[in-house]
Amino acid sequence: MSTAAVAVRHRKKPVGPKILSVVRFVGIALVVLAFILPLVWMLTAAFKNNLDIVTPARTFDFEPTLKNFDTVFGAQNFLPFIMNSLIVGVGATVIALFLGVPAAYAIARYKITNATAFVLLARVIPGVSLLIPWYFLFSQVKLVGTFTALILTHIFVTMPLVVAIMTSFFDGLPDELEEAAQIDGSSKVGAFLRVVLPLSVPGLATSAILAFIFSWNNFLFALVLSNQNTRTLPVAISNFTSYAAVDWGGLMAAAVVITIPVMIIALFAQRYVISGLTAGATKG
Amino acid sequence: MTSTTTSGSRPVRRRTIGDWIDAHLKWIFTGPAVAFVALLIIFPIGYTIFLSVTDSASSVTRPFEFIGFENYAEWLTDTERFWPAVGRTAYFTLTALGLELVIGLAIAMLLRKTFLGQGLVRVFILLPLVATPVAVGMMWLLIFEPSIGFANVVMKSLGLPPQLWLSGKESALNTLIFIDVWQWTPMIILILLAGLSTLPEEPDEAARVDGANAWQRFRHITLPLLAPTIGAAAILRAIDAMKTFDIIFATKGRTGGSNNEAETLNMLAYNESFGNSQYGSAAALLMLFLTFIIIILATLAILRKKGTRV
Repeated sequence: MSTAAVAVRHRKKPVGPKILSVVRFVGIALVVLAFILPLVWMLTAAFKNNLDIVTPARTFDFEPTLKNFDTVFGAQNFLPFIMNSLIVGVGATVIALFLGVPAAYAIARYKITNATAFVLLARVIPGVSLLIPWYFLFSQVKLVGTFTALILTHIFVTMPLVVAIMTSFFDGLPDELEEAAQIDGSSKVGAFLRVVLPLSVPGLATSAILAFIFSWNNFLFALVLSNQNTRTLPVAISNFTSYAAVDWGGLMAAAVVITIPVMIIALFAQRYVISGLTAGATKG
Repeated sequence: MTSTTTSGSRPVRRRTIGDWIDAHLKWIFTGPAVAFVALLIIFPIGYTIFLSVTDSASSVTRPFEFIGFENYAEWLTDTERFWPAVGRTAYFTLTALGLELVIGLAIAMLLRKTFLGQGLVRVFILLPLVATPVAVGMMWLLIFEPSIGFANVVMKSLGLPPQLWLSGKESALNTLIFIDVWQWTPMIILILLAGLSTLPEEPDEAARVDGANAWQRFRHITLPLLAPTIGAAAILRAIDAMKTFDIIFATKGRTGGSNNEAETLNMLAYNESFGNSQYGSAAALLMLFLTFIIIILATLAILRKKGTRV
């Protein structure tokens, strides 16, 4: 009897909320479509021949072709550019970790407050205002066009991220563990290496992933400082449009080649990427 | 220094080095990062300030002379390129920022309560954010292509006149704002969702019991509690929006279009330095740009303080 009463009450009450939840579902679906549809368009265009791209009726009904990717890897020879982007991205990320993680640890443990000013400064300064003196400097020492110059400048992008993310990570890590290790005779450096670092894997993963993505996506520095042999992907694709007639299929295939790696990273490391992007902003 | 001491004294020496390291850990750990910052950020900025009062141009090896504030005076009296670029930068930043905050807040509220497939939806929202901006620019270049793009197909099906979008003199900047909103609203959504998840539930619960409707609860409880997070998101976003470069360069080229219709301060600075090789003049422009950024940030910081207090 009581179960029947509950059932009746349940059936009566949710009429309003049910409509609401349908509205909400539709709303969420629209939001997802708005963010996803352009990317789907890019993806499908990469598998179309140039006639299908310009025919609206062929938006989703087309014969998929790999011809565009053939252009990207054949005529445009994108493979070396992928390697260049990888070398610069990994180099800038690894060095930023070596420089930034100990610094972040010191900032968090010794409460160095003006360090946040540096992170903000790195964000505020327009890249071009560093690029001019860098160009002067690297020209003097014949480094323009080298991986050294690209990695050094990309550290400007990666290190502030590492420092910001790791500082807030170390802030949240209780220092009792290090103190216990020090009582057991370990030095501070030893405690940092053997106790703190192993516990920091999530923070390290977050900062490494984000640093790599931002370096991979960076366009401005490589635009000026790379040459034929060190050109990174964003610069390579920007050269695509300088030809008289735009090969839209090839261009979209190139765009897919550039964005797929970061999207796969975002897909599998979603939690890390989100926590890294929102770190600092939610602390007020 | 001398590591080749007798084996007997070694543990003692080792300990003193260890102690010394421990005592100076603060400097040892921050030293390399500080050295990097000094060498590749502080010193270069100083050099840019120095260049801004010289006539450095055409080649980095060409000797240059001190010319005082001539570069600055030239820019500040330039009504053809400089002031329109200031206007475009302000218009682009404030419009994009406003739209991103309003749309981002609405979507964050929509996604706030848990639902089936929540993780998947967040991944979808993340995708525009991590996609390479130059590639995003190319993608929209095709979609907004006036004769073959999907945007005008949609316009036609809605019975609306086709637009020039990125190729139009009037519409280019607005279309770029649209692209920026598409790519960066997700950032606002994710920050606000993270902020919302830290809010206490009691005030909302209490207001519900007192009979406040959803809008009242949002307006008088959630919004004031979320204000600091919204402010932080706005400042982060404003900094990046003012410096937008990749999508403008990818869709409009080095000069921001044939009529410079999408030329912002950052684009102008790039073109002046690496297009025209006018390094001294570009350096002065960058100093003015930095001042402009600081003014906008200070305004936002003051607004944020006011907003948090209400």
